[in-house]
Order: sequence, then structure tokens, then C-alpha cells
Amino acid sequence: MAVDYILRMEGISKSFPGVRALDDVHFDVRAGTVHALMGENGAGKSTLMKILIGIYQPDTGTITLGGERVQISDTATALRLGISMIHQELSPVPEMAVAENIYLGREPRNRLGLIDKKRMTADTRALLGKLDLHINPRWPMKRLSVAQTQMVEIAKAISYDSRLIIMDEPTSAIPDREVDHLHRMITSLRESGVAIIYITHKLDEVFKISDDVTVLRDGKHVTTVPAADLDRQGLVRTMVGRELTQMFPKEEASIGEVAMSVNGLTRRGVIEDITFDLRRGEILGLAGLMGAGRTEVLEAIFGITPLDAGTIEIDGKSRRIRSPGDAIHLGLALLTEDRKRTGIMGVLSVRDNMSVASLPRFSPGGLLQLRRIDKACEAQRKALAIKTPSLHQLIKMLSGGNQQKVLVSRWLLTAPEILMIDEPTRGIDVGAKAEIHRLISQLAGQGKAILMVSSEMPEILGMSDRVLVMCEGRLTGEFSRADATQERIMHAATATAAVA
Amino acid sequence: MTNLRKSARDYVTRDRLGEWLRTYAIVVILLGLIVILAALTGGRFLGGQNLINIVRQVSVIAILAIGMTVVIITTGIDLSVGSIVALSAVVATSLAQAPDATNLMYPGLSLPIFVAIGAGLLVGAAAGFTNGFLIAKFRIAPFIATLGMMTAARGLALIYSDGRPISKLSPEFNFIGQGAILGIPVPIILLVLVAIGARMLLNNTRFGRHVYALGGNEQAARVSGINVSRVKIGIYTFSGLLAGLGGMIVAARIGSGNPQLGTGSELDAITAAVIGGTSFSGGIGTVWGTIIGALIIGSLNTGLDLLNVSPFTQQVVKGVIIVLAIIIDERKNRGA
Repeated sequence: MAVDYILRMEGISKSFPGVRALDDVHFDVRAGTVHALMGENGAGKSTLMKILIGIYQPDTGTITLGGERVQISDTATALRLGISMIHQELSPVPEMAVAENIYLGREPRNRLGLIDKKRMTADTRALLGKLDLHINPRWPMKRLSVAQTQMVEIAKAISYDSRLIIMDEPTSAIPDREVDHLHRMITSLRESGVAIIYITHKLDEVFKISDDVTVLRDGKHVTTVPAADLDRQGLVRTMVGRELTQMFPKEEASIGEVAMSVNGLTRRGVIEDITFDLRRGEILGLAGLMGAGRTEVLEAIFGITPLDAGTIEIDGKSRRIRSPGDAIHLGLALLTEDRKRTGIMGVLSVRDNMSVASLPRFSPGGLLQLRRIDKACEAQRKALAIKTPSLHQLIKMLSGGNQQKVLVSRWLLTAPEILMIDEPTRGIDVGAKAEIHRLISQLAGQGKAILMVSSEMPEILGMSDRVLVMCEGRLTGEFSRADATQERIMHAATATAAVA
Repeated sequence: MTNLRKSARDYVTRDRLGEWLRTYAIVVILLGLIVILAALTGGRFLGGQNLINIVRQVSVIAILAIGMTVVIITTGIDLSVGSIVALSAVVATSLAQAPDATNLMYPGLSLPIFVAIGAGLLVGAAAGFTNGFLIAKFRIAPFIATLGMMTAARGLALIYSDGRPISKLSPEFNFIGQGAILGIPVPIILLVLVAIGARMLLNNTRFGRHVYALGGNEQAARVSGINVSRVKIGIYTFSGLLAGLGGMIVAARIGSGNPQLGTGSELDAITAAVIGGTSFSGGIGTVWGTIIGALIIGSLNTGLDLLNVSPFTQQVVKGVIIVLAIIIDERKNRGA
């Protein structure tokens, strides 16, 4: 067999306290291909990639790059060997220019030893031009969208002459239009001989852009096959090790009284005249493009940001919500979009993270009833099948899907009547995703009112009883479950000037 | 699956000693230090009243450090505690002078002792509240707000006392610093009470959970319904209150209220908290660790004195130990 492998990882094992993350894993990547690395969260994808870029050292196993045995002792070595990784959570220096970010730490110098800004800017312009990116190299990074930031990171990887680029869920936070651009970029990179390892939870992408697929499960290598030999069902089955009959287990729930009525909600320059009713037992989807103001509506209702105008009625009574504390007291809950920034408290335990919003229930007179808290948390852990060695484990040690379940538990413990959930399954694996969908559906079945923001069209279409669409801070469409289609929603989401 | 679980269990067993050592590294360091100092001083370090003296000497620093720990857990800092010590000391002592003192501040005034003590605590709490209010409502960085208070409170102490020590205190007041109950010095008893109270505050009250939550992730804490401003005001008030108590203990021990008291003790308090494992990145810190941190400083001071190490060299040793503590802490957090 004369297959030309750019990378061979053989017999890789790695353990952490309490977990065997990788167990004798083999992973080969052919030169000039896009190789999708799949698996549920916690399957070992991230660990394997961190070994490849020198963040972790394997306990056993060997790495061969372009036919040569290599030791990758740190990230600098990985870069020198031509391996770059574009992380899921990007970390640019926001105040510095695009060019400065790309050449950070290896700025071109002039004869006096000072940074040669002119050359740096010109080189960056050439680099971005090659990738068909229209970004001014002098702009500060903070001016760019998430997608643009992503593409600048890719440009940076290319500028290191990388022959192997790892992309960790590059499309999890960018709109569809830009996804196409990214995919075109990946295809042209492949044609120029660069191999790409592509980590994603989106199955469509796998079939669209990858040549080979490797699936990991529970730290073990399950299979490596050409993408053409797989179908959706088969891939999901391989990943979770069981058949997933329903990705969106929507139960029929009887829709009842109006639980919350929002009238003319306005925050100048952000959201304009938002009016809708939310009923018990209903899942109301809130769709729209990035930056349409969906998250801002939730934040305004929850008392995080002040309102310029508008009223909120809960169970028919007009209420003023001045802080999240008020909102929780009225039976509202808000599962935020950004798990790391506004969700988890990394250095605190699973228990402390879970109980933090419901402490008033467990502390009459301010004194904590620790045993009751433990009991309630333990019950949540069981009910949501949260994988953690104990409630005392630090939450940052858990996989993304399990962190999300802890955060869902945090809100369930407040016994809410109205749940607002913002991108509830972003960046978590198919298995956990289905579990969270089932849970949302069950909650609606119990008569809770649910307002769900999502950028994933299948999620919106699969879960919602009714869909609201926002564009540039306004409501631009409303569809019943029967009438909602991808085309109609997209049309409303891009209806900028149509409504005025 | 079974395999996975089995290997996980093996790992835990194998790592238990390491885990234990990491958790109790600080205790091991203290015990090691005591053994070394005992050996170097030919047993004198352990002898007689020496150990109890060490605890008495660090009791004020430890009390300040407990307040500092609570503040640092929320990623804050309180630079004003040393100056609050002085302000509380001069105010309390001015109300607790013996009637036959030569330079009575309030001639003819004779108040029950608890009024003086109450005034000292109140002054401390008020200064702390001001810190918290500035930080929470005007969004001033804690470093800056408490730096301002550090300067202003020292000035107030000097103005109030006219720059002179307030001496000849009533024996009841001096009891706080010099007395003993059942042979145990009062400052140590106060330290134990403060430690128990602070531990309960942090571990058994809603307020305590909010302190950790705020340090873990302020934005997430706010979304979770925590009144962040109230918690901040609370912790700085608590720190000020403990500084007020500390000021009275120091004044009572030396028998006079000097406006120069407590100079530099904010740094000792920070040192004790940090050696004790409190993390500047927030969310991590315990009362227990901080007390051990204070004891390590105390043991070093006394031990090095017994060994006739010059005070200049002692400073270098302490500096090295602070940095070492941080390095160990950093590794501990990374390894976890």
C-alpha cells in the first residue's frame, strides 16, 4: 500500500486523575485530505489533539510526522513541525491590530531592531488577499466578527507554513453564510497540499467537506473510514454506540394559559418594540442571525440590562424586574449562551455550581442546610445522568456536555415556571444534545413555559411549537410549527428593510 | 465500560497519597519547618512558652488575614487594614483611658469598657463599609479604593490623636491584649472565635457561598441572582470590622493607642492568606489555610530570632518563602 500519511499516531494512551482519557488510540491522516475527527464530548478528541500540539505528553505511544518519528514536547515544537491548531475558544489580543495578532511574537524587524510595521501590514494584506478575506490589517481584532476572527486564525496558521491544521469546531459560533466561506477556504487549503483535522458536532459538515472520518468513543478508536462509505444514521450509531431513533424527541404537550406577556420591550439601539406571549407547555423558538438581538431580549427580560420602554406581565400581573434576583423570585430562569463567560464557576465544585441560584430555598435565615443541598444535587445528578466522579469535583474538569447539564440543573433547582434557554446545545455532542432536547420537551410537558434561542435550524424546527424570528433588533416573523420552514425563517431573518 | 471504570479506580488509589500531599502541603510545610527549627535551636524552639508565644504574636496578623482571605476570594484586595488598625486603636483607647492618666482626651468622662470596644469595632466597620461602597457603587478597582482609605484612615488617626500615643489605659481594656483566661492569652481566644465565626460564615451561610461564587465568576454570579454589590460591601465591611478588632488588641497589648500602629500589616495579612493557599484568581481560599499561613510566618520570625539571624536577612527569607508558596500553589492548581 502506497498510502501517503502525513501523520500517524500509534498506541496513544493518556490518563488523568480518575479518568483514562485515551486508551491505545491509533489515528492516521493522509496527506492533502480533510479528516473529520468525531465522537461525543469526553470521547477523547480534545486530549488527542492536545497531545498532537504538545500541550499534553502521552503516557505511551508514538507520533510519526511525514515519515519521521517526532517528540512534541511543547506547542512551539508543534508549530516548528508545521502543526497548528485553531481552538474552539479563540484568544486574540482584542486591542491589537489584525497584523500584530498574526505576527505576534515573531514580528518582522527593521535594521534598527524595531518592529517593521509597514512590512507586517503588507505581508498580512497579501496573506488575507490569498484567502479572499476583505479585512483591513490595521483594524483592531475586537472589530471583527467571530467568523472573521476565526479566519484570521486560519490565516495565522497558514503564515506558519503549517502542513497540518487542526480545527476544533470552527463553525460552532458563526452564521451559515460565513460557514460556506470557511468551507471554500478549507477546500482550497487541501488543494494546496495541507492536511486538515476537523473536529465538529455538525454531521452535515462531515459529509460535505471531509475525505475520511475517524470516530473515537470512551477514549478508544472505533473506526476510520472514507466519508463516502458512511451515512448519517450509521455515523451517529458509531459515535454513541447505540441507535438514536429521535434527535428531537418532541412530546406533545397541551398548551395552556399565558405565562408571560411581553409588551413593547425596547432598549434603544439594541432591541425595538418586542411584543409576544409565552404560554404554559409551549416551546417558543426565537430564531435569527447572529447579532439580531435575541440574547439581548432574554437579558432585558431577566433584569440583566435596563429597559428604555416596555412592560412584562407574569401570570397576568405587571411586574418590574430590576435584577436577576427579582426574575428568579418570579419563577424565571435563564440558561445563558456563553457557558464559560456567564455560566460556570470553574474553580468551584459541581455542587456549588449547581446550587448557586437556588440557595434562598436552602437557607432559611441565611444558614445553609448542607444536607438538603447535597440531597437535591445528588438527585439532579442522577436524573440528568451527569458524569462526574463526585459532586465535589471541580466543574472545569467535566466535559462540555456535562457542564451544560450541571447548568440546567442549576436552574431546575430554582423550580422555575418560565425557562429561557439560549443556545442550549451549542458545542455539545449528539448524545448529550438529544438528552437535553428530551429534557426540554419533558419540562414543557410538565406545563413549564419555554423560550428557546437557537442558531441551529434543525433545533428550532424540531423543538418549537411556534417560532419567532428577529432581525436587527425587531420581530420580523412568527410561524406556527406547521408553517415553519427553513426558507421562511431565513427570509424573515434577513428581512432588514422590509419591516419599517 | 467496565474496563474504563476499573482503570479509573486504580488511578485514584495510586494517586491518593499525592492528592493528600497536595491538599495538606501547607500543613506538611509548617510541621517540617517546626522540626527543622527545633533541631537547629537544640529544642529551644519547642521549649517553654515559645509555641504559645508564636500564636500570640501572630494572632492579630491572623485576624487581619482572615478578613483579607474573604476579600481575596472575591478577587479583591484590602490595603487599608493597617491604617484601620491605627484608627480603631486611637478611637477605642481615647474612650478607655484610666481616670488618673495625665493626658486625658476626655477629662471627666468615664465610660463602660464595652463602649470603647464598640466604638473601635464601629470605626473599623464604617471604614470597611466605605471601601465596599466605593468599589461596588462607583466601580473603583479595589486596589485603588483601599489605597485611598489606607492613606486617609492613617491621616484621620493622626488628626484624632494629634500625632501622639494615647496612653495609660484602663486595666479592663488592657485585658484584651495582655490578659489570659484559664492560662490562654485573650488574643488567642479572640483569634479562635474569629476563625470559627469566619469559617461558619464561609461554609455555612448563603453569604459565604455567594463570596465563593463571586470569586469563581462574577458575571455568572450576577446571572444566578446574587446581589453582587451587597456581597462586595459585606466583605469589605467584614475586613474592616476585623481590622478594628485587631487594632484594639495591639493597642491593649502595648497599653497605648499609637496612630502609627499597624503600618505594613496589610502586607503581612496578604502574605499569610497567600501562603495559606488563597488564590488571587478568586474562588479559592480557606480560613484554616490562612491561619496555617500566619503560623508559618510566626514560626519563621521566632525561629530566625532564636537562631540570631539578622532582621535584614529575615526579610530576604520571608520574601523567598512568599514566592515559593505561590509557585507551589500554581503547580497544585495546574495538577488538579
